[in-house]
Amino acid sequence: MGKRIGIEVSLAIAEAAKMANTDVVAAYPITPQTHIVEHLAELVASGEMNAEYIPVESEHSAMSACLGSAVVGARTFTATAGQGLELMHEVLYVASAMRLPIIMAVANRALSSPLNVWGDQSDMMAVRDTGWIQIICENGQEAFDLTVCAFRIGEDRRVLLPVMIHADGFYLTHVVEPIEFPKQEEVDRFLPPNQFPLPLDPDKPVTMGAFTPPVMYTEAKKAQEVNLRASKKIILEHWAEFGKAFGRHYHPIEQYRTEGAKTLLLTLGSFGETAMTAVDKLRSEGKEVGLLKLRLWRPFPFEEVRQAVGNAETLIVLDRALSTGGPGGPVFSEIRSALYSEKKRPRIVGFVAGLGGRDITVAEFEKMVKRSSELAKTGGEQEFEMFGVRE
Amino acid sequence: MENYGVYAARLAPEIDGLAPGHRACIGCGEALAVRLACKAMGENVIVSNATGCMEIISSQFPTTSWDIPWIHTLFENTAAVASGVESGLKIMAKKGIRPDKGTKVVAMAGDGGTSDIGLQALSGALERWHDLLYICFDNEAYMNTGIQRSSATPMGASTTTSPAGKQSIGQKTWKKNMPAIAVAHEIPYVATASPSYPFDMMEKIKKGLAVDGPAYVHVFSVCPTGWRSAPDLSVRLGRLAVQTGVFPLYEVENGKYKLSMDMSPLRPLQDYLKLQGRFRHLSEGTIKQIQDRVISDYEKLKQKCACGYV
Ligand SMILES: Cc1ncc(C[n+]2csc(CCOP(=O)(O)OP(=O)(O)O)c2C)c(N)n1
Ligand code: SF4
Ligand SMILES: [Mg+2]
Repeated sequence: MGKRIGIEVSLAIAEAAKMANTDVVAAYPITPQTHIVEHLAELVASGEMNAEYIPVESEHSAMSACLGSAVVGARTFTATAGQGLELMHEVLYVASAMRLPIIMAVANRALSSPLNVWGDQSDMMAVRDTGWIQIICENGQEAFDLTVCAFRIGEDRRVLLPVMIHADGFYLTHVVEPIEFPKQEEVDRFLPPNQFPLPLDPDKPVTMGAFTPPVMYTEAKKAQEVNLRASKKIILEHWAEFGKAFGRHYHPIEQYRTEGAKTLLLTLGSFGETAMTAVDKLRSEGKEVGLLKLRLWRPFPFEEVRQAVGNAETLIVLDRALSTGGPGGPVFSEIRSALYSEKKRPRIVGFVAGLGGRDITVAEFEKMVKRSSELAKTGGEQEFEMFGVRE
Repeated sequence: MENYGVYAARLAPEIDGLAPGHRACIGCGEALAVRLACKAMGENVIVSNATGCMEIISSQFPTTSWDIPWIHTLFENTAAVASGVESGLKIMAKKGIRPDKGTKVVAMAGDGGTSDIGLQALSGALERWHDLLYICFDNEAYMNTGIQRSSATPMGASTTTSPAGKQSIGQKTWKKNMPAIAVAHEIPYVATASPSYPFDMMEKIKKGLAVDGPAYVHVFSVCPTGWRSAPDLSVRLGRLAVQTGVFPLYEVENGKYKLSMDMSPLRPLQDYLKLQGRFRHLSEGTIKQIQDRVISDYEKLKQKCACGYV
């Protein structure tokens, strides 16, 4: 075992990329991701990390440079947030469709306008159809562990997909937490070298990125869909291996005090810990409330979600993103659709809260639980609500 | 020398990175330019190609015209992709993960992909000093999407988004001086070239590859479809562009300008314009205006060459 040290989560993510022996980092700074890339630049400058740091002129170029380094077989890492992720948008589709195992930390941030550098999950949700594996962390240890795992998952020949590791901006990226660092040998043992099967190489010339007419495009997309779905099994396999090696176990959805719970809260990311405190409090008052924390966002873990929801009567879904003019927050509408075909399904209530860095307190989680039973009684659960809006 | 034209072709390397059988229009000067560039580059290269005519005509899945490792991703990012390739190769060689075979990295794009939408990525790659060669194939418009104007479209040319009309002479702006922008990055090598002067062009591609650091070569690429010129005139039009001073051939090595061939006294601009439908509508007044500008630009270039450094 390595050692446990107090460290800012951003730095721990950078350390994970270092311990993974990353070859190329191409990144552009944006709050709240800056500490990750600054630390990486520092590690390269000091010689602690043997990598090329490409200080690109934009996020579009950051992701494009990542395509280039990944396609020659270099282990590739980047990080971004909010506007940066949006500027990368079209490049993200290329990374996944070309099956380039680029690993990217995303410090989840709100989207302009109005300009807001604080955290929510609008950026993460805006890229949910780009074909990346998306994993969201609840705390610093997870951020470190899951970043290390991401390389093993993405580079697995059966997967070969880019992976986003999401950490809520500020709420997670900027806090100092005690994090257990494994020894370098342990990471090396866990993470085999990157062996990209078809690197661009003059000895074996291949054409990458040929344009594809209607007769083949659908087939190409189907192949991608099958591949991303199939990656779930392999993600679980690698997480299980990680658990065996390091004693920390990760699953697509985590359950907290769900035994016999009539009402379940569902969260993604850093607010899970606040919700746990709220659940403890409600339980101590005799209320049958439990919590689900979704960790794997893409591929969406349909089976695991259905199973975890079980026999609950009410499911409260918290979204930190708004699908403006749409059917509610993205998580809410996806969960609702995942459960639609179930014979017995809970009433599903959606709240959009915590936008642009607005805090959600324990008391507010309690209020959501109370409000959900009111809505359920009036049939108002068909709609979602923006929670905590000051009138 | 008699039959020099027949003999000269044999002097070009036989290898073809861009194999025949692609779908370019008849008489495409851009395809000719890419083919010559590939001959000059040889086999030990990796090419990053922007979206545009050259990518479309060469790569329809599941076929390919490329006999060298080649990647196309998007329209505006080819320089950034190439910088990733270069950095990846460099660090892997340093770490001993992938042997250093001296592979060269080449980025290619059209004039739109270079002087408009890809300018930022290009500037970044040049400024960061990646060891790569960037080649702009300039056919003076967005041809792939149907002859829309770019910032490299010459004054007076009629395109689908700068159409000539009662109230319009066609393109209302002067062609952006892209090589000068490259020079402003103070990179070791910048050149203009034309497939109508194949050996000069191949030499320049080789030089661009050989220098340590970034190099930029701007290649004149006649497009009969977009210029509404006869397909059998492409090579001649390329020569006329040089002989009239419209597209002078020069090199800028470490900041030092050098004309590759001095064409003064310049041929009249009309010799070049009259063969192209895109200029057919121009009045004598406008032609005079363009002629004056060509002459003054040529003089300015000669002054730069005379004093060497700028
Ligand atoms: C972001 C983006 N905007 C627009 C396009 C559409 N598009 C593809 S190629 C092209 C023009 C290419 O022009 P140029 O770079 O001059 O190359 P040419 O086809 O003339 O060789 C355009 C506008 C695109 N593919 N991507
Ligand atoms: S449109 Fe012009 S540049 Fe494009 S293939 Fe045809 S001739 Fe070549
Ligand atoms: Mg063009």
